[in-house]
Amino acid sequence: MHPALSIVFFTSASGAGFALLLLLGLGAPLGLVPPSASFGFAALALAVLLAGAGLASSAFHLGRPERAWRAFSQWRSSWLSREGVFSVLTFLPAAVFGIGWVFFGTTGGLVGLCGILAAALATVTIYCTGMIYASLRPIHQWHNQWVVPNYFALGLMSALLALNFLVRLWQPRAPGVAVLAVILVAVAWRLKEWYWRSIDTTSAPSTVASATLLGSRGKVRMLEPPHTEENYLLKEMGFAIARKHRARLRGIVRLAGFALPAFLTLCALFVGGVFGVIAAGLAAVSAALGIVVERWLFFAEAKHTVTLYYGAEAV
Amino acid sequence: MTSLPEPRPGQKKLGLVIDLDICVGCHACATACKEWNASGHMGPLPDFNPYGDGAWGVWFNRIHSFEEGEGDGARTIHFPKSCLHCEEPACVTVCPTGASYKRAEDGIVLVNESICIGCKLCSWACPYGAREFDADEGVMKKCTLCVDRIYNENLAPEDRQPACVMVCPVNARHFGDLGDPASEVSEMVARRSGGDLMPELGYKPVNKYLPPRAGRMAPAAPVAAGAPPADQPVTGDRLLRWVDRLLSR
Repeated sequence: MHPALSIVFFTSASGAGFALLLLLGLGAPLGLVPPSASFGFAALALAVLLAGAGLASSAFHLGRPERAWRAFSQWRSSWLSREGVFSVLTFLPAAVFGIGWVFFGTTGGLVGLCGILAAALATVTIYCTGMIYASLRPIHQWHNQWVVPNYFALGLMSALLALNFLVRLWQPRAPGVAVLAVILVAVAWRLKEWYWRSIDTTSAPSTVASATLLGSRGKVRMLEPPHTEENYLLKEMGFAIARKHRARLRGIVRLAGFALPAFLTLCALFVGGVFGVIAAGLAAVSAALGIVVERWLFFAEAKHTVTLYYGAEAV
Repeated sequence: MTSLPEPRPGQKKLGLVIDLDICVGCHACATACKEWNASGHMGPLPDFNPYGDGAWGVWFNRIHSFEEGEGDGARTIHFPKSCLHCEEPACVTVCPTGASYKRAEDGIVLVNESICIGCKLCSWACPYGAREFDADEGVMKKCTLCVDRIYNENLAPEDRQPACVMVCPVNARHFGDLGDPASEVSEMVARRSGGDLMPELGYKPVNKYLPPRAGRMAPAAPVAAGAPPADQPVTGDRLLRWVDRLLSR
């Protein structure tokens, strides 16, 4: 699949943004994050900025962005529509929660309830985004049980790393968030390795033989493509990545996305102070870069069944 | 509405039957499709850079060529492919706007261009590559089964068929109601063991493909290099060879 930068950015940013909203919506009413209004403003602004920028970026991917509002109508059947509906719904209680926290300095009562509601809706939004990909049967590398847990874990991981940085600016010693962030990095890394092993060792039930009904006389191979030039299908679905690049890019994800953030977060945990803040910030930035590469690979490694008609023997 | 219509008993399922045994790969159906549809229901079908390097454009029907088997047993099969108007079209259910829909009355899968946002998700959801994005208008386009021909009362009754079916010089394409077990196309599918493409994905395509007949050619046999083929009793006279071929069918 062609890794369109707008979608790579959208899924990375909105995953982190909604996960941060989830953490704040739960963390503030339960007293797990600094209660000050200034912290609330900074953290919620970052969450809304990430989620909003991601959604805006996804609109750039559209052929007719001015009609984007129509995407809220088909929530009965479409995961993409559900994602749109729930992402907007999330912002309603999140607005009450934000206004209550930032302007009235409270995270209890109704404001706290709205926070918890926003957290629940953010969870549903993240699930819907994952299901857009996991529901596509023609793409074996997406239509599997690892995709949604991976997306959740990576979103939560990046949100926790960002939260760890922010919390340190207000509370120099806050070991809880850092420990949780390291645990989430470990979980996300483990899930990503399971995902990679799964797509490396299995392939789709569809083959060139099942795609053409041929094969009774032996091996089926493409003789001539339908045309000498590229077409939309090949540009969009025929993107292929060289095996050696794939291995190198996975290495970058392991290093920048998981190993370095975990190491830097542990450093911040033990060093503290200004160096702790810098280490926590670097951990969040490194993870963000790692996740963008991970998301690019998620597209580049995905093989669509239509390529069976253009020379692929298995997908 | 992108939810699928409730299937009814005796549901009409208009579609195509494509005979892989006799398609000669002339691409006439692709050309006729492009010509009709460029000014039809989904028109225009744009072409980009049509006279230069990297020409590409929107086509609803494309003819692939495959080879199966090895050596003497191998054969070439031309494989036309357009929208299969599936009974379970995920391209319709993934649509967030309701632009994609399956008609309750005849099962044709269409796109309402005026509300399509061009998110391309339907083209990802189609395993067969039936949908092509119009980068000019920013909307998705697809085969309409020539909905503007088959019901067109301005055309003579014998012309109310999809353009690809009309033009086929070898009669490899047939149009009809595959929901009616007594229809000509359904009987043809039953007689020739016609089948679905990628049935394992569960899209239940309405269009059926008739596999190449088995007995047309000698079975694949390994041929020793330099030696004449063992199983070739008649050599020499062209007439005799023809008679031999005729009799060994």
